[in-house]
Amino acid sequence: MNKDTSHINPLENEAIYIIREVAAQFEKPVLLFSGGKDSITLVRLAQKAFWPAKIPFPLMHIDTGHNFPETIEFRDRLAKELGVELIVRNVQDSIDAGKVKEESGRYASRNSLQTTTLLDAIEEFKFDACIGGARRDEEKARAKERIFSVRDDFGQWDEKSQRPELFDMLNGDIELGQNVRCFPISNWTELDVWSYIQKEEIEIPSIYFAHKRKTFVRDGMIWSAEDDIVFRDEDEVVEERLVRFRTVGDMSCTAAVLSDAVSIDKVVSEIRDSSISERGARIDDKRSEAAMEKRKQQGYF
Amino acid sequence: MEVLKIATAGSVDDGKSTLIGRILYDTKSLTSDKLEAIEKTSKQKGYDYLDFSLATDGLVAEREQGITIDVAHIYFSTAKKSYIIADTPGHVEYTRNMVTGASTSQAAIILIDARKGVIEQTNRHFFINNLLRVKEVVVAINKMDLVDYSEETYNAIKSDFSELMSKRDYENQNITFIPVSALKGDNVVNKTDAMPWYNGETILEHLERLDLAAVSNVGTPRFPVQSVIRPKTEEFHDFRGFAGKVYGGELSVGDAVVALPSQTKSKIKEIYAYDKKYQTASRRSSVTITLEDEINVSRGDMIVKEGDLPTIDKQFTATIAWMDSNQLQSGGKYVIQHGVNKVLAKVDKIHHKINPDYSGIEEGITGLGMNDIAKVTFKLNKPIFFDAFKNHRTNGSFILIDTKTNNTVGAGFIQ
Repeated sequence: MNKDTSHINPLENEAIYIIREVAAQFEKPVLLFSGGKDSITLVRLAQKAFWPAKIPFPLMHIDTGHNFPETIEFRDRLAKELGVELIVRNVQDSIDAGKVKEESGRYASRNSLQTTTLLDAIEEFKFDACIGGARRDEEKARAKERIFSVRDDFGQWDEKSQRPELFDMLNGDIELGQNVRCFPISNWTELDVWSYIQKEEIEIPSIYFAHKRKTFVRDGMIWSAEDDIVFRDEDEVVEERLVRFRTVGDMSCTAAVLSDAVSIDKVVSEIRDSSISERGARIDDKRSEAAMEKRKQQGYF
Repeated sequence: MEVLKIATAGSVDDGKSTLIGRILYDTKSLTSDKLEAIEKTSKQKGYDYLDFSLATDGLVAEREQGITIDVAHIYFSTAKKSYIIADTPGHVEYTRNMVTGASTSQAAIILIDARKGVIEQTNRHFFINNLLRVKEVVVAINKMDLVDYSEETYNAIKSDFSELMSKRDYENQNITFIPVSALKGDNVVNKTDAMPWYNGETILEHLERLDLAAVSNVGTPRFPVQSVIRPKTEEFHDFRGFAGKVYGGELSVGDAVVALPSQTKSKIKEIYAYDKKYQTASRRSSVTITLEDEINVSRGDMIVKEGDLPTIDKQFTATIAWMDSNQLQSGGKYVIQHGVNKVLAKVDKIHHKINPDYSGIEEGITGLGMNDIAKVTFKLNKPIFFDAFKNHRTNGSFILIDTKTNNTVGAGFIQ
């Protein structure tokens, strides 16, 4: 099935415009790169925005240490191919320095710990703009976020006093110490991203495609049991299943879905027919109705 | 496929979030986990129906108060179109959000509670959508179930609203009335048997039928330069491209152009989108163009077609919507961002305040407060290249930035 994807053009045009504004309005922007499909899409859009020149800012990955090895390998290769600087900062270092405390127990995740490492890195490199792949359709609190979202010295988002954004005009004026999170694909949906990857034939990490994996089921969700990163009770039975991942966040909070989609075409049609939204497979949002909003106020991406 | 942006406006309790939730539900755009969450929360609150407003009211404060306080963006698509709804709040104090939502929309839905009819807020909602020249307006007369689906009530509201229309500035705005019940789903996506006297379209049917080219504001091509691309690599040693987005019309290879402010003439040599060359850059496309001659162009400059120049001036008069709690003062200095160009501006004169409820103007004003709309003349430290807003929605608009707080404090529409 080849659905018309021409509506992606207006979204692509808008995203390229935004990325060009970031590069022009800020002294030291950085693209936050997780190795996931959204940030991979951002990288392609940035390539397009500045071609035939190179992407004029570095990529930065906040590594929880719990990433899928396939993603890390992919990340390193992509940065090398692009000839763009890749900065990696590790959550493990923040833990070792005693800045954050590792969660423990059944639902332990390093996902929320990333915030401290990210804020430290922003300060270390004096980044004034961080480009991220967040989309407004992901979650209700994100639906309200501006394309240029100003954060204070503590990386905090004040949702009640956001700058109005009118027409195409993006106001990136800030004071020293503030920084702006910039979201070029704000108006894309999950399906738009997948359709774009398909249309542009963009390479993505293999875990997005169906593969056999040792897994166990908890609370109706499928978790990877390939390593010790996801906490597992002794009575939780490990079985090999044909699965893929819809997002590639921290392994400890990213569940797999049963799938036989081995190609991008099959993934796109699966997403099109799917009835569970993508964040439904992220346990960190299910913790509470306001989970995302709380994390954002604290400086989470 | 096309993307249609729609702004919604309605007063508190007019059922705006319910309407959007209903659209999502009836177009099967709510995923099963979202639907489950809505069912769960509705039950917890003791409702015997599904509270669709929970699908859109995203912030904790809003869920607590049961009202929408900021613009939320909602996405759905049909086989024909992709839709982006800017859900904007209707309270008087949040007029700025309504202006924001309308600024990027080609269509608007104004909600009226059938029990209350046209109220002062309705005037504001219509005024703002007219001021911002939103081409298509759907007036959804909601809660028809609570007035026994009365045709008389519907007609009375329609006639009240038509009176408003006679006062409008932008006369080519298309207005369509639709009687609905968002809660029951009447005439939102699906037709209803409850109002046999109404033979028109449902809201979605109407939106589906809109031709995007016809509802977009087309003018003359303007190309504001975002940045100059100089790769300085061996392969592209002499490449000097101007990156930007085309507004208003299209540009083609060979077009005789003028660069502003220098007014140097040249011709378009190449048009690139990524590594592909094109003959024409269509409206709203992000491209990189090269020129035949080596002329001095930098960020904030504008490339336009020869013989089709905008106004180049250090002074202009505009209608502005003030959005900050600090007052705009006569003589005050601000940064004006006009597209990607920033200049310093001084408030030369506040002519008068315009009441956004069509009740007239107020003269002798020295300052403007949050949500005030006024006619103001600005003097600039250097010329900008603009069109009247009525001729060019992009090149005729600007934002005001407070130099102390860096906040966006107002929006303007040039006369």
